[in-house]
Amino acid sequence: MILDSKIPAGPLEQKWTNFKNQAKLVSPANKRKFDIIIVGSGLAGASAAATLAEQGYKVKCFCYQDSPRRAHSIAAQGGINAAKNYQNDGDSVYRLFYDTIKGGDFRSREANVHRLAEVSSSIIDQCVAQGVPFAREYGGLLDNRSFGGAQVSRTFYARGQTGQQLLLGAYSALSHQIALGNVTMYPRTEMMDLVLVDGHAKGIVVRDMNTGAISSHAGDSVLLCTGGYGNVFYLSTNARGCNVTATYRAHKRGALFANPCYTQIHPTCIPVSGDYQSKLTLMSESLRNDGRVWVPKNAADTGKAPQEIPEGDRDYFLERKYPSYGNLAPRDISSRSAKEACDDGRGVGQSGLGVYLDFAESIERLGQHTIEERYGNLFEMYHNITGENAYERPMRIYPAVHYTMGGLWVDYNLMSNIPGLHVLGEANFSDHGANRLGASALMQGLADGYFVIPYTLGEYMTTQFGKKTDPNGPAFVEAVESTKARVQKLMSINGTRTVDSFHRELGLLVWDKCGMARDKEGLEEAIRKIGKLRREFWTDLKLLGSPNGINMELERAGRVADFLEFGELMCVDALARNESCGGHFRTEFQTPEGEAVRNDDDYAYVSAWEYKGQDQPANLVKEPLIYEKVKLSTRSYK
Amino acid sequence: MNFYLEVWRQKSPNAEGKFEHYEAKDIPAEASFLEMLDIVNNNLTGTGVEPIQFDSDCREGICGSCSLTINGIPHGPNRGTTCQLYMRKFTDGQIITIEPFRADSFPVQRDLVVDRSAFDRIIQSGGYISERSGSAPDANAMPISKVIADQAMDAAVCIGCGACAAACPNGSAMLFVSAKVTHLGLLPQGQPERDRRVLNMVRQMDKEGFGNCSNYYACEAVCPAGIPAAFIGKMNREYTIASIKEAVGIAV
Repeated sequence: MILDSKIPAGPLEQKWTNFKNQAKLVSPANKRKFDIIIVGSGLAGASAAATLAEQGYKVKCFCYQDSPRRAHSIAAQGGINAAKNYQNDGDSVYRLFYDTIKGGDFRSREANVHRLAEVSSSIIDQCVAQGVPFAREYGGLLDNRSFGGAQVSRTFYARGQTGQQLLLGAYSALSHQIALGNVTMYPRTEMMDLVLVDGHAKGIVVRDMNTGAISSHAGDSVLLCTGGYGNVFYLSTNARGCNVTATYRAHKRGALFANPCYTQIHPTCIPVSGDYQSKLTLMSESLRNDGRVWVPKNAADTGKAPQEIPEGDRDYFLERKYPSYGNLAPRDISSRSAKEACDDGRGVGQSGLGVYLDFAESIERLGQHTIEERYGNLFEMYHNITGENAYERPMRIYPAVHYTMGGLWVDYNLMSNIPGLHVLGEANFSDHGANRLGASALMQGLADGYFVIPYTLGEYMTTQFGKKTDPNGPAFVEAVESTKARVQKLMSINGTRTVDSFHRELGLLVWDKCGMARDKEGLEEAIRKIGKLRREFWTDLKLLGSPNGINMELERAGRVADFLEFGELMCVDALARNESCGGHFRTEFQTPEGEAVRNDDDYAYVSAWEYKGQDQPANLVKEPLIYEKVKLSTRSYK
Repeated sequence: MNFYLEVWRQKSPNAEGKFEHYEAKDIPAEASFLEMLDIVNNNLTGTGVEPIQFDSDCREGICGSCSLTINGIPHGPNRGTTCQLYMRKFTDGQIITIEPFRADSFPVQRDLVVDRSAFDRIIQSGGYISERSGSAPDANAMPISKVIADQAMDAAVCIGCGACAAACPNGSAMLFVSAKVTHLGLLPQGQPERDRRVLNMVRQMDKEGFGNCSNYYACEAVCPAGIPAAFIGKMNREYTIASIKEAVGIAV
């Protein structure tokens, strides 16, 4: 299989402009005839649904939550990047582009990233026009702050709830279109399978989570906006319901899964406190603007109260190792440094898996009021969870799984290798390479939905005039029947173990072997063990109740079943990439100082995996990454 | 810690519900309320009892999925969502009653799961600014006073959980509606549709069967996002002015 990324001709800065000038258009009369299926209602899904409906398409939008407003984009805290240069600090489209490419450790596609930087400014305009109350200065203009991996202040924010405000903006636009009858919304409806007709994505199978009814929907194109797969690790900052099912089902129907081993471990989360824990809570990266990260220099001091440790005995390890970026070093590097400090026996807190994030210096410099205004809700949240007051005592933080850069492979038009199947937001692989910079996920989700797919969808739709799919055709019948059979099978195992216990075991395994540090031996072991666990799942799962009506254990079982296959693919990918880059750190490939060693000669490509059948090894398809503008270099934040 | 739970169990929307008694044993004090329920559910599954169905998603207080009434209070004794309530707030051996949010306009689906789609329909009736993607002017073209922007944000933080309506003896959703009316009404971008927004949203609210406000302030007391009840007064004023303008044909 040869992957065609369909990158437009011309110089990098002109590609998107050239594309738009020549993009194929669908007339209003024809748009009305097309049904677009959108799965997911987060930033990417809601913005795409609203915008395509405004353009005249007939949209059906599906989400598993009880309302589209609850999609997990809502939990994003820190902010959204845009190359506005409102701070007059030398920002530009090129700089945002370059920072993103470099932040991604030179493993993303130049043309996509440049387009992302180009449309970033329009996103801010769009959101402000919708009434998103971004933070402002007294003069009435928009305020900015800086985030990891950048030396300019280009991050727009709404207190510590930027994701919420952006999502509610997209949700309001979506609600408007629902009211106009242009979007039909299906909440509490989970996608179970993708339907292909003559090799094209023409529908989905869904389960109504209230009644348990399984049915299919036909459309002219399918857009998956279903987020990432961080919950394969069990503990992550993702919502409980986040899952890989939609993208993994599409993968099993032929869509290539790209770079599954690129997972982001966020440096600033509240440390794990016990094995009952159901999720981890993020403390926004924005805190690193004013907080200083440190551990005691001597392992003997880790038990002491932090205020008793004198300045001279503290190791501000990020400032020491990366003086030019300091506490704002990118996420992968900051996380790994924290892990190193803890592995060195200098971690703090009961588990020894924590480092301090200290605001004392900022409070002295700016006053507690300013810190409260900037991060008040985060300090409150921290207090609520840990019972500690971070104004008086440094926060304890530790890295946790937060985002997944990998996803379904897409071309420049955001279409997968299955014609008609488009993938947006975190669910695709395209923009962040091996590591995502802070405040770039919101940017990408909204860019894809508001400004990219409305232009690129026409490339596929113009090939589909007059080709209506029979919603009762054999492909639909087959997909519905196989979904019903799968649900039946899950219900009839009658074993002894709960879904939760399988998920937890899988999570621990991939966190240990395919988390912040990986090696060949560990990955091989994980692959063996996941296979065994999967077989155990299908013979020893205990599910109670009925498939009809609300049954949340059944919902979870379906998702965990997919994680049990997907987790293996993730390890296979990590094993095949014999280099360290971004979030993928193979301990065999590092410098004596512990910095990642990338191998551009052999691995400057996207690993896209093709499903070959149950228990068959996946087939690796490579898309070479060709850099026209950027010179590949060793990433340095020193 | 150990607790005695009285949990509302209801098979389906039309089935009759009742309280069932369960014990929650060996619960760590650091566990959240929902994690306590997870532990109970795993134990129930082990003993062949169908687990308690309840909604939750982000588990960090922002998605608004939680819909539990704990000891008679929506979201429980701590001001904040249920997922942000920790067991150390309770005393060992305490009896805890767990019900779904109770409001006529939030029908129970199963156990502790309720249908809050009425809130979506209220937003659909006018909780937006009509604006086409790609047509916006530069974001700094229209300066907005920080004071106004901050007030708008105070209203915009509503998480749409529905605790306000569940706490209100009248089952009123006015705190929810007033938060959106205030958020958009304060901003210059919201002016072109200001009158029709409040008129449509209040009418939809009535249509959904929510009651009226009679100043109990229970909504404010349980709101996890800290929305002040003063916004209700603001909305009433907006509604009155918009109605008069409508009557004389000058509503926008």
